[in-house]
Amino acid sequence: MTSSSPTTSASSSSQSDICLSLENVGISYGTNEAVRNVFMDIPKGQVTAFIGPSGCGKSTVLRALNRMNDLIEGCTLKGRVLFHGQDLYARDVDAVEVRRRIGMVFQKPNPFPKSIYENIAFGARINGYKGDMDELVERSLRKAAIWDETKDKLKQSGCALSGGQQQRLCIARTVAIEPEVILMDEPCSALDPISTLKIEEMIHELKKSYTIVIVTHNMQQAVRVSDMTGFFNVQAKADIDGKVGCLEEFAPTEQIFNAPSQQATQDYVSGRFG
Amino acid sequence: MRLDSGPDLFTLRRRPVSDKLADRGFRWLTVALASLVGLVLLGILLTVMGGSRQAISAYGLAFLTTSNWDPVGDQYGALTAIYGTIVTSALSLVIAVPLGVGTAIFLTENIIPTKLRDILALMVELLAAIPSVVLGLWAIFVMEPFLRPFLSFLYTRLGWLPVFSTDPQGPGMAPAILILVVMILPIITAIARDSLLQVPPELRQAAYGIGTTRWGAILQVILPAAVSGIAGGVMLALGRAMGETMAVTMIIGNSNNFSWSLLAPGNTISSMLANQFGEADGNQVSALMYAALVLMLLTLLVNVLAQWVVRRLSLKYT
Ligand SMILES: Nc1ncnc2c1ncn2[C@@H]1O[C@H](COP(=O)(O)OP(=O)(O)OP(=O)(O)O)[C@@H](O)[C@H]1O
Ligand SMILES: [Mg+2]
Repeated sequence: MTSSSPTTSASSSSQSDICLSLENVGISYGTNEAVRNVFMDIPKGQVTAFIGPSGCGKSTVLRALNRMNDLIEGCTLKGRVLFHGQDLYARDVDAVEVRRRIGMVFQKPNPFPKSIYENIAFGARINGYKGDMDELVERSLRKAAIWDETKDKLKQSGCALSGGQQQRLCIARTVAIEPEVILMDEPCSALDPISTLKIEEMIHELKKSYTIVIVTHNMQQAVRVSDMTGFFNVQAKADIDGKVGCLEEFAPTEQIFNAPSQQATQDYVSGRFG
Repeated sequence: MRLDSGPDLFTLRRRPVSDKLADRGFRWLTVALASLVGLVLLGILLTVMGGSRQAISAYGLAFLTTSNWDPVGDQYGALTAIYGTIVTSALSLVIAVPLGVGTAIFLTENIIPTKLRDILALMVELLAAIPSVVLGLWAIFVMEPFLRPFLSFLYTRLGWLPVFSTDPQGPGMAPAILILVVMILPIITAIARDSLLQVPPELRQAAYGIGTTRWGAILQVILPAAVSGIAGGVMLALGRAMGETMAVTMIIGNSNNFSWSLLAPGNTISSMLANQFGEADGNQVSALMYAALVLMLLTLLVNVLAQWVVRRLSLKYT
């Protein structure tokens, strides 16, 4: 762990286990600073959860991990984001390639208005997948725990599914491009408890082969699925008028929820926030 | 008591009569307005058909396939104008659709900063505000002389093709096509831009989030999602191109001598009607009515065709 990250205590992980590493990252939208001074080492093959109050910059940091922020005009990043030691924001790095290695699932299910089959095949095809497409579609849908519900209607539109099914379809679509990392921004916020449970089970399954970063407002969910948890908070800073987001504490999930080192974390996880 | 009042809850008894009347009145108002559109269309069609009856019985279908327009000998054939209408509007679309849709993509897909984008979009919309007679004048005095060397070049090099087989001498179909492009470009751009802006941002994110290139996202996700709106804009533009009169009349040459060549003077149905109605009488009026009927049917045909194309395109996508 970087010495400049005082609240990080995952001292067990060595360099090679680290997948993504944020070094003093600060992100602004135009002149409006959203987050600053984020140091974080996201371990490989584990589930990392981001929690924190609304507007503290969880989605912003998440989007910075696969350069989705590039699509937002005026969004700028300071500091470095390293993926296996390589700076994702270096001049010669292709953002498209980054997103192929680091896939993303969004808060609102957003299947393409194409058939279920095409939803999966589209991404694979543009990523140059040459193998057996039928097999890939089945494998991806199985991984996302939605094969049984869709196997008889692969030709139907993906938009005709229920919200929970659509979200799992979107996860399958991301799985199909065979990324190393899957970023999920509140994937269950629009879902019922049963679909939520299905997705959580799926995350447990997926973490065997992928590194997962998930933003959630549901504490129990963070406890259930994650190995590491980052608690983001908003703080007033001396040098600017408004508040700015920052990473308050980053530690193994058990520690965050049972014995956090920061008072703010303690307040937030025990519901005494605000 | 409760049992009695239960079902009564929903019988609208409590709503004031005036409220219900307003509701019903509004419904009838919309029905009346909607039928008015149909009635006007029907009225126009009947008038044009009635007016053209004489010419239809006199010239029959040969009217469509002959190009002899001779008011002195009372012989009429509209082939030149029909050919001119179809060729000018089709070719202007062929040029304007890629240009307009391309411009719309450029103006929506954060390729340049927002401020610059808004200025450009405003300029495109201002283009639509130029009166067609001004465009016609510009075409005569600026565009056509400027184009002449290029058109002559086409004639000398490609003159063996029927469409370039005459020496450009001034007004003609080619400059008319280009002025139509100028006129329909803003329509296509504005509508395509609106349709592209209405593509949900989630869809864009979905495309980029799985590692699609900008190119791939535009061509395979964003454009297909906007295609029905864009096609609607193209239809409007086509209607404008087929019906445009002033600017075309000023630059097309108004000749009823049939020629395949785009470099030769020609005619369109609209410009022929505008030119001749004033001093026409007898059979000529009826012949012009017949031509107008052909124009209406052409527009109808194109519209039906376009609906079919749009349905095919969006079927592929959903
Ligand atoms: N596209 C944007 N343009 C401008 N400012 C933005 C944009 N997205 C986020 N922000 C700002 O950045 C800050 C952090 O937003 P962010 O969406 O990352 O919060 P969040 O932690 O994900 O909140 P939530 O839990 O509600 O999703 C907010 O103050 C917000 O106003
Ligand atoms: Mg968020």
